[in-house]
Amino acid sequence: MDFLTLIQVLDSTLRLATPLLLACLAGLYSERAGIFDIGLEGKMLVAAMFAGAVAAVSGNVWMGLLAGIAASMSLSALHGIASITFRGNQLISGVAINFLAAGMTVLVAQSWFGQGGRTPSLMGGGRFDGIELPFAIGPKDAALSDLSVTKLIEQAGPIQQVYSELISGHTILVYVALLCVPATWWLLFRTRFGLRLRAVGEAPEAVDTAGVSVVGLRFAAVAICGVLCGVAGAYLATGLQAGFVKDMTAGRGFIALAALIFAKWRPWYALSATLLFGLLQAIAVRFQNIEIGGFVIPVQFTESLPYILTVVILAGFVGKAIPPRAGGEPYVKEN
Amino acid sequence: MKSMKTILGATATLALTAGVAAADPAIIFDLGGKFDKSFNEAGFNGAERWANETGGKYLEIELQSEAQREQALRRFAETGANPVITMGFAMSTPLSEVAPDYPDTTFVTIDGYAPLPNVLNVGFAEHEGSYLVGMMAALASESNTVGFIGGMDIPLIRKFACGYSEGVKAVNADAMVISNMTGTTPAAWNDPVKGSELTKAQIAQGADIVYAAAGGTGVGVLQTAADEGILSIGVDSNQNYLHPGKVLTSMMKRVDVAVYDSMKAGESLEAGFRAMDLAHMGVGYAMDEHNASLVSADMQAAVDAAAAAIIAGDLVVHDYTSDDSCPSLQF
Repeated sequence: MDFLTLIQVLDSTLRLATPLLLACLAGLYSERAGIFDIGLEGKMLVAAMFAGAVAAVSGNVWMGLLAGIAASMSLSALHGIASITFRGNQLISGVAINFLAAGMTVLVAQSWFGQGGRTPSLMGGGRFDGIELPFAIGPKDAALSDLSVTKLIEQAGPIQQVYSELISGHTILVYVALLCVPATWWLLFRTRFGLRLRAVGEAPEAVDTAGVSVVGLRFAAVAICGVLCGVAGAYLATGLQAGFVKDMTAGRGFIALAALIFAKWRPWYALSATLLFGLLQAIAVRFQNIEIGGFVIPVQFTESLPYILTVVILAGFVGKAIPPRAGGEPYVKEN
Repeated sequence: MKSMKTILGATATLALTAGVAAADPAIIFDLGGKFDKSFNEAGFNGAERWANETGGKYLEIELQSEAQREQALRRFAETGANPVITMGFAMSTPLSEVAPDYPDTTFVTIDGYAPLPNVLNVGFAEHEGSYLVGMMAALASESNTVGFIGGMDIPLIRKFACGYSEGVKAVNADAMVISNMTGTTPAAWNDPVKGSELTKAQIAQGADIVYAAAGGTGVGVLQTAADEGILSIGVDSNQNYLHPGKVLTSMMKRVDVAVYDSMKAGESLEAGFRAMDLAHMGVGYAMDEHNASLVSADMQAAVDAAAAAIIAGDLVVHDYTSDDSCPSLQF
């Protein structure tokens, strides 16, 4: 494996890890506040569908992004009402959201566009284009010479290769997702809101005694979760793809949940966990079967590694993953 | 009161006979959904053509889960639908279990295999069609590297890949074929994001033509190929129009013809085997205004000559499913 291949795999890792990272951070806010959320998948799916649909109709990708966030937040509100206000079972509510999203997206898209549950292909301003950072090799340079971007990068020096291939050329949402990590860390661990949010997931009665609304805080956390899932879904439909296709999240919400456990509910760990899972996916994409010293590792093994690693972590072999103490339990005020 | 009963009874009998006499055909779409712009949609188009031409009605269901396969088969057979057409290889097992229970109903399996006295097995020679588009890919490639992206890793998709690589090597023995499968679960048919990544990875390895046989995942493959400025090859239905001038051709699998013919034959449809190969116009490559500028007369002549040789029996394309191996491609 040469240097450029490595860079290309890392580049692919970044693209594949972005939706995982956003969904993982979304789950982090929600679960840190004591609301388990297995409906990440459904929220991403709804956001992807509405982002694709509105971007196609309006021709403006930002409108699509807003629509995706709004759609995802409405499902978040549903989850909040069911599990916070009415104290329902959070897992059941999450499962219901996943089913609702899987059916509803196809139904709405079909009756809206009549293209078999997909949204029309996006053109021009309907998509997030890659941002070409200054001095990086991009489509403009390719247009000036006869060669393709891939060829130009191949001929460049190693530093330019890293810069052009790995750092430059991603859509804005990738950079936003990466910035969300320090932002989340700062919000959760350096602000009063964050302290209260974490407390509500550990000991809601203490927060209540201090005179802070448990319900209000939990709704705030669920709303932030909705926004991040909305961005993740919009990234799938308008950044990575040019439109929504039925079931296009393909289980990424569940991998994000696994990454959340792997990350022990911490923002920086979440970044490394999702990058690791993204790397495993990127390796599976680039190399079908890996041969190490005459021993062949089948691609299926690489693909299932995220789940195996999560089970290993959960079983307590490598460190210990302890979920927020009040997670999954609705808060009932004492009289 | 008595006359009332008679009238009710008479209408009931009438309704019953009407139900039996009509014996509408039924079609069961596979998990990809009937608007997958590919395999299932071709079947849907065939059924619609039959309905428009004859004014007849047909029953249909889009499967949502594996568990519904047998249920849907029994439901249609019990309603008196005849023939019952099933789409996709995954219907083989449920069909083998259900068909003996309804000896008066004729079942059709497209892509599946169920050798029973009341089942018509329609098999397509995907390897022959793929061979032709493989030749075309090799003729159009400048980097002498072409790609194949399959959906779920099953023998049928390997049959596509093998035929394709045979065609590529026939034109240029030194050409390289990069083959990738999207996954090993049915989710692999609907993961355009992964399709895109696979395409990008193949481009990075030098591929300048990529052939997608991957259902909904193919949408991502064709899109990325168009974005990155390389050519792609569609599958099953004619997909040239999806990105005009960016899709070299499409490997056509005339599922619509198979469905149309089965519905037209109606109750008199005979069970057995039907080969939809090149000679029977079952497979082929698509030419229309969207790809006319991409395919030169020389390329078309070369491909047509090979097609004629296959039909005449002078050229035999290796079928992966015949011995579970491919001489020109490693999986």
